[in-house]
Amino acid sequence: MTPGFLSRTLAGLAQMFGRAPAKPGPDDMTPAMRDLLAFKKTPDERKRRKEAIKAEREDHSTSNKWRWRRWASIVALNGLFVASYWLDLQLVEGALTASRVVGFHFADLNSSLQLMLAHKHVVINLVIGVTTVALLYVLVGGRTFCSWVCPYHLVSELAEMLHLRLAEKRLVKDHALDRRLRVVLFVIFAVLAFVSGYTLFETISPVGILSRALVYGTVVSLIWVALLLLVEIFWARRFWCRYVCPIGLTYGMAGTVAPVRILHVAENCLHEGKCRDVCLVPHVLEMTKLGFGRETETPVGPDCTRCAMCLDVCPTGALRFDIKGLTRRSEAAE
Amino acid sequence: MTVEQKPEAPEKRLVKGGEERRRLLRSVVVGSAVVCASLAGLLDHRLAHAAPRLRPPGAIDEEDFLAACIKCGQCVQVCPIRAIELADLTDGIGNGVPYIVARDQACDFSCDATQCILACPTGALSHSVDKKEQVKMGVAKLVDADACLARKGKGWKGPARGTSHHAVLRYPDIDRWKAQPIAGHAYDLDLCDLCVRECPIEGAIALEPVSNDPADRRRTPVVKASCVGCGVCEMMCPSDPLAIRVEVKTTGRTYGGTHG
Repeated sequence: MTPGFLSRTLAGLAQMFGRAPAKPGPDDMTPAMRDLLAFKKTPDERKRRKEAIKAEREDHSTSNKWRWRRWASIVALNGLFVASYWLDLQLVEGALTASRVVGFHFADLNSSLQLMLAHKHVVINLVIGVTTVALLYVLVGGRTFCSWVCPYHLVSELAEMLHLRLAEKRLVKDHALDRRLRVVLFVIFAVLAFVSGYTLFETISPVGILSRALVYGTVVSLIWVALLLLVEIFWARRFWCRYVCPIGLTYGMAGTVAPVRILHVAENCLHEGKCRDVCLVPHVLEMTKLGFGRETETPVGPDCTRCAMCLDVCPTGALRFDIKGLTRRSEAAE
Repeated sequence: MTVEQKPEAPEKRLVKGGEERRRLLRSVVVGSAVVCASLAGLLDHRLAHAAPRLRPPGAIDEEDFLAACIKCGQCVQVCPIRAIELADLTDGIGNGVPYIVARDQACDFSCDATQCILACPTGALSHSVDKKEQVKMGVAKLVDADACLARKGKGWKGPARGTSHHAVLRYPDIDRWKAQPIAGHAYDLDLCDLCVRECPIEGAIALEPVSNDPADRRRTPVVKASCVGCGVCEMMCPSDPLAIRVEVKTTGRTYGGTHG
């Protein structure tokens, strides 16, 4: 079956829920992709790519353009929370679980879900807050929250750098977990909230903990965050964001059909896999393997956090930001 | 870069199967650990039976309050006298939930009792409360009658809690809107009546004679039904150990709650 909007969306969701990506057969590809793949497999083209990769590996310049932008975003947004309280700016009052942004209610989707399941009452302010935030992330991509707002993402990224350095020296080893764990935990925490009547996940949510520690100085809870970071440094790379965090999954679902996404342009791709090496959720970049793409231009699935690390490492611009409806596409995929 | 599927060697398949099994096992162990960590907070709450926290005005019943609070601290931010604090991990399931330590800084309704309630985005502080008289945080109780100065017929000179205490209180005679440091407010009382004198709720507490003898100057504070449990008496009590404090009653788990 050639990919259409619905099948691509469903496949993206299944992939986010933990299904291993499958290699497409010739019938699953668009005719243009079949032609492109045939061309890419010609000896001349293989040789050209090999040389391009070799030349590119000798050039050690690396770009951190998007990383710096993202870090600036996380620091600025969380700094706004802190400054709003301590300098009385009153721009963003509250914490990441719920806030007023220049007077407008914002509420974290997962915190609100936990609350509604546990408390079984909903007040209008919370509905307004949830709707505002949901609309925002439906547009910019759900997990954009993760890499552009979440303070845990930033510290976890630093822990990952340390982990990779230690792994390079063979001092630590990454222990991969089953990606379905996140879905199981999402369901367990939802059921626990409903049955127990308490927002159990909130007690250990590193997002709420970090946000409150920054704004209100509740630092004892940081013990839990430190523990998670130790696990990530010494045992499993990006353990929390990859395999556990129900917040990430909630946002991922909210932004399933977001128009802002990363687009893979197969024509430019050298298929060397640098993007998958740096990616928080490498399964979303499966189409960057030769023969795994279904379309010549494929939007990256809903589990993608739009962190754009892949853009920073891609030497050919085969990955780029795309806004559905605004950026012209050579192949009508919709 | 070949795309043809090669049949895997049997031993390689075995190794792969072992790794998959280990991965699944790891995931189960880690997942259980995370769930247990979240449940640990609940155990603490259920087993420790710590005295319930004094919650901000308008708070619905404790068990529902823990569920309804989104742990954002907006109530903390709007309180003009900084009476509200956020709990830390040591409160277990109450991590991030606001509370008041009345002895350190009680709510004196400096804002006329609606700021924290209006700030609450989830109704954990119930919007049905819009006057300080409607608040029910707890009830003041004379917990140490022997410590009470009035019951001993004693007066009080100087600031209620000494010159280094950081609390503030609204003295309507001095400034209707801005709370003043209690350390800068000295009293000279023949008979201590601070709990009655500074109570922000009219008729919530009174000093009554301890005997029928008119010459007996001893008095005892009597808490009336209109007490809202704000804790100003607890904060202002100059006795050490303190004689009067707010007791918080929780009714246990009710799914309907007192909301709305």
